Amino acid sequence: MSKDLIPEAPLGKVIVVTSGKGGVGKTTTSAAVGAELARRGHKTVVIDFDVGLRNLDMIMGCERRVVFDFINVIQGDAKLKQALIRDRRLETLSVLPTSQTRDKDALTREGVEKVLEELRQDFDYIICDSPAGIERGAQMAMYFADEAIVVTNPEVSSVRDSDRVLGLLNSITERAGKEGAEPVKAQVLITRHNKARIESGEMMPVEDVLEILAVPLLGIIPESAAVLRASNLGVPVVLDDPSAAGTAYEDAVGRMIGEQIEMRIAADRRPGLLQRLFGRTA
Amino acid sequence: MFGFSLRPRKASASTAKERLQILLAHERSGGARPDCLPQLQRDILDVIRRHMQIGDEAIDIRMERGDELSSLEINIEFPGKLGMN
Repeated sequence: MSKDLIPEAPLGKVIVVTSGKGGVGKTTTSAAVGAELARRGHKTVVIDFDVGLRNLDMIMGCERRVVFDFINVIQGDAKLKQALIRDRRLETLSVLPTSQTRDKDALTREGVEKVLEELRQDFDYIICDSPAGIERGAQMAMYFADEAIVVTNPEVSSVRDSDRVLGLLNSITERAGKEGAEPVKAQVLITRHNKARIESGEMMPVEDVLEILAVPLLGIIPESAAVLRASNLGVPVVLDDPSAAGTAYEDAVGRMIGEQIEMRIAADRRPGLLQRLFGRTA
Repeated sequence: MFGFSLRPRKASASTAKERLQILLAHERSGGARPDCLPQLQRDILDVIRRHMQIGDEAIDIRMERGDELSSLEINIEFPGKLGMN
């Protein structure tokens, strides 16, 4: 992708990262997808919708710089540009943190709509990091979405919750209610994929998950130590040292923006003796 | 991950602990009370407006929370010509 191909007017596409179940990798995915889009030159903002349990800031590594938040903007206590935190690694990337002290009732549909409308004027991609569950916060995160990334682990409760969330995307969103509108384009992202456990029959294979959910597959993110390391450091996994998870997110983002990329399941290479002797970092 | 290295890099877990300690110290001390900063912003704007005309968006507050020291950076943009009252 060359920067020349990016049109002058921002794309203004709203993408929700959702799952129903907690702990499947929504925030990791929001950070990685946002960072990868930004790295490719698209102006991207990632919004934390998990009011009261702010965590995107930690995963993105900007937790010490939060001044105003999403709720301050909704309630008119701060302007949007005062609340946006510009990433220090990528100038095309911004974060809109949420409030750590309010509750989800502070999210009003009108307020969310106004903020998203303003962001659409300036950004190509607006990534909405949904809270777990299917209550108000999650519904607000998905309501205005054009596309959805449904993060799913190959595990029964996660697949069941994803199915529930797919149902909501098709029923309670703005696109679902609007006559003649295209439905929200939903794709599944399988995370915590463990090839060895699938081969041994302990874990459901991807085909089975897809057969049950019946939506297209965006990507397969292998279970990887790189994900824990990235969150420890506050660096989106695609911006840290190369890893299988990072590559898988890069591929998923490529597919999301229309590139033809073969589905492959990378594994972290075990460092060879020489690499182990001399350290893995360049 | 468990490989032997002559040039070990700092384990990421200790970075995680440091980051949490700094952040939680600020959160527990109540430095993150919901309305402290919006109120501060309003107060600053009010004081400046006693002397000159500026819009709501003219103020930009940046913060950096540190281990021992935190900094608050306040930038106020004036129109090209200062609109003194």
